[in-house]
Amino acid sequence: MSDSPSTPLTTADGVPLKVSLRRAVRQSKLKALLLVAPLLLFLIVAFLMPIGEMLWRSIDNPEVSSSLPRTVVALEQWDGESLPGEPVYAALAEDLKAGQKARSLGLLSSRLNYEMSGMRSAVMGTARRIELIEPPYREALIDINDAWGEIDTWRVIQRESSPYTLSYYLAAVDHQYSPSGDIVAVPDYLQIHGTLFWRTFWMSGVITFLTLLLGYPVAFLLANLPLRHSNLLMILVLLPFWTSLLVRTTTWIAILQSQGVLNDMMVALGVIADEARWQMIHNKTGTIIAMTHILLPFMILPLYSVMKTIPPSYMRAARSLGGRAFLSFRRVYFPLTLPGIAAGGILVFILSIGYYITPALVGGQSGRFITNYIAYHMQTSLNWGLAAAIASILLFVVIVFYLVFNRLVGVDKVKLG
Amino acid sequence: MTATAEAEPDTQQDSTSTNTCFARFINVQKSYDGEQLVVKGFDLDIRKGEFVTLLGPSGSGKTTCLMMMAGFETPTHGDILLKGAPINGLPPHKRGIGMVFQNYALFPHMTVAENLAFPLEVRHLSKAEIQRKVERALAMVRLEGFGDRRPAQLSGGQQQRVALARALVFEPELVLMDEPLGALDKNLREEMQYEIKRIHADLGVTMLYVTHDQTEALTMSDRIAVFNDGVVQQLASPETLYEAPENAFVAYFIGENNRLQGIVTEYSETVCQVQLDNGDRVLAKPVAVSGVGERTTLSLRPERVAIIRGESTGFDNRFSAEVREVTYLGDHLRTRLSVCGSDEFVIKTPNAADHAALRAGDVIDIGWTMQDCRALDA
Ligand SMILES: Nc1ncnc2c1ncn2[C@@H]1O[C@H](COP(=O)(O)OP(=O)(O)OP(=O)(O)O)[C@@H](O)[C@H]1O
Ligand SMILES: [Mg+2]
Repeated sequence: MSDSPSTPLTTADGVPLKVSLRRAVRQSKLKALLLVAPLLLFLIVAFLMPIGEMLWRSIDNPEVSSSLPRTVVALEQWDGESLPGEPVYAALAEDLKAGQKARSLGLLSSRLNYEMSGMRSAVMGTARRIELIEPPYREALIDINDAWGEIDTWRVIQRESSPYTLSYYLAAVDHQYSPSGDIVAVPDYLQIHGTLFWRTFWMSGVITFLTLLLGYPVAFLLANLPLRHSNLLMILVLLPFWTSLLVRTTTWIAILQSQGVLNDMMVALGVIADEARWQMIHNKTGTIIAMTHILLPFMILPLYSVMKTIPPSYMRAARSLGGRAFLSFRRVYFPLTLPGIAAGGILVFILSIGYYITPALVGGQSGRFITNYIAYHMQTSLNWGLAAAIASILLFVVIVFYLVFNRLVGVDKVKLG
Repeated sequence: MTATAEAEPDTQQDSTSTNTCFARFINVQKSYDGEQLVVKGFDLDIRKGEFVTLLGPSGSGKTTCLMMMAGFETPTHGDILLKGAPINGLPPHKRGIGMVFQNYALFPHMTVAENLAFPLEVRHLSKAEIQRKVERALAMVRLEGFGDRRPAQLSGGQQQRVALARALVFEPELVLMDEPLGALDKNLREEMQYEIKRIHADLGVTMLYVTHDQTEALTMSDRIAVFNDGVVQQLASPETLYEAPENAFVAYFIGENNRLQGIVTEYSETVCQVQLDNGDRVLAKPVAVSGVGERTTLSLRPERVAIIRGESTGFDNRFSAEVREVTYLGDHLRTRLSVCGSDEFVIKTPNAADHAALRAGDVIDIGWTMQDCRALDA
């Protein structure tokens, strides 16, 4: 190796070659960046920022520290063993006065109420009468509401005075802080998210398996029929994409409901009695049937793209070497389609655990997914922190699946069509 | 020499010494679309241990015939017999025919050893026996130590050898090969031709080989079936095909060939006279003509034409020709002449020291015997 760094190469006009190359590369990079700039901007605004916002919201905890600034400072010295001293009560009274004037105590009261029931009325009730009280504040406040005389109340306020909290994540997995600060499971009758997470995963698994079962032969036909027929079949596979998701889902309602097409036919044919119509909608069955149908193309396309690359001579070779048709399929064809199965499986599964509309419309109570609870917390209970925490867990699960998949199969193998 | 060669010495057979018919196509026809016959009345007898090649231009139906033998296509009409029994209804895996595909069709998810073990495993052989046979097969194609590789980690020639070994490892009596060397470069192709011949000689298996490369067919085969338009034009040994083509297609397809067109003016069993389109008269050997007045194509090999200096009597035909172009090819010279109304008349002369150099524009005398000039169909 005899490089001669003493004489760097230069271009004809004397500029060092490296400098001139860097300049040229920088220009083409800049051009490329300009071309993708609009999309990049769009993605940042419409995709990355919302996700960031969601992750932020799942741990953000501003209510106590912003509404009770003086109380928080005063509580810093508190040992947490006995009721706090008069300065703390005075600070609370002042904070509540300020808050009542600014009408900003609503958020605080619901935030504290998540942690300890009864806190909403304690805060709002005290705030209404705060103008009337006089020192000593300790007795006065406890007089208005017993909650101010409990050590646990102050522990909760002290704990939630931190600007970040894990309590939304705890709630998302059916846990909470006990008043003394330990992490404990919520009472049985309140445990809902764990069941929903579990149901979402196993039903998505069933849906993935069903799409594989139904999609594999179709993909095989697509890849092996003469072009004329396979084109027609491909159009049939893609046809659902041309109709709205909502239409497809509501059509299933029309077909599956107890006065629906399928039940009517079965009754007419005498297969079932009129009183014993099948319950196929507004339960798990409905969700599984409708979602299997809707997600089927996402299984067929990756399978097809893999099968298309398997030349028919492999199967012929296996047959001519003495393998029966099924054995040749199992030993030769099937293993070669595994990347397609993995790609389609991961795609359908990820889409499925994030699906919202279909389970909401046909799932009833028992066929509902965790996503429907995210929507519930967004729209009805208005607990956005909890909604964000559940959504973040879902995002995390998807990322884990993606990484596992990338490790096992390689994302570069996935092609659609 | 490999172990297999010692195990079965001297199984190479002269194709004429045994006459047991091993595989037969009897008047086989095949149509894919119900409108056009791709194979029309195909007849072929293959003797045991023979190396038969189907040679023909692209689209002539060679692969189709092979696929019918292997059981992947069914004949529209006619019978295919294997060891005397019709196999029309037999599924491919019961035929016990080894097959080498053009693109090798090695299973990419299995190692070389697993590929070779596949036909043995489906036959439920014991583990030890499978291992022994796989190793022997690898040794036969000189790939010892490659058992753990994947097909993708092998060169084209090595993949070809594995495909060959896989088709032979379960000891089939008949092996089909569909242009197995088509994807290899020239040197490798020649090496593999030799290799396949050696294995054929060592094992004594019957081989039905498909190619559209005439040199390959000529060097490897015991007999060649020249295939065109769905029928066998001529089935004969390489020498016969080259020396005595029976029709104009075979003459044109095998080797280089001068074609002269004319009408028969005199005819006997052994000799005929042909008046060419430009008026010249040529004596020729009648092969596919039967009487005066027929149109015919005369076929004449370039190396059978001599340059005559001074008086010479050994030639039945003698003409004066003008040199158009001389191509130097090392061991011989290829000279294009204008003679007998053709500008494409080619002769080949050995590059001997005493030969005077020809130049374009020279006028020379050339001659050939009546035996070398065959009067074929028009
Ligand atoms: N599966 C098929 N369906 C319809 N037509 C076919 C099919 N396979 C082959 N053919 C047609 O049959 C004819 C013969 O094909 P075949 O493959 O036997 O030719 P070949 O002699 O092997 O040619 P090549 O040397 O190019 O391989 C061709 O015209 C081809 O278009
Ligand atoms: Mg072919």
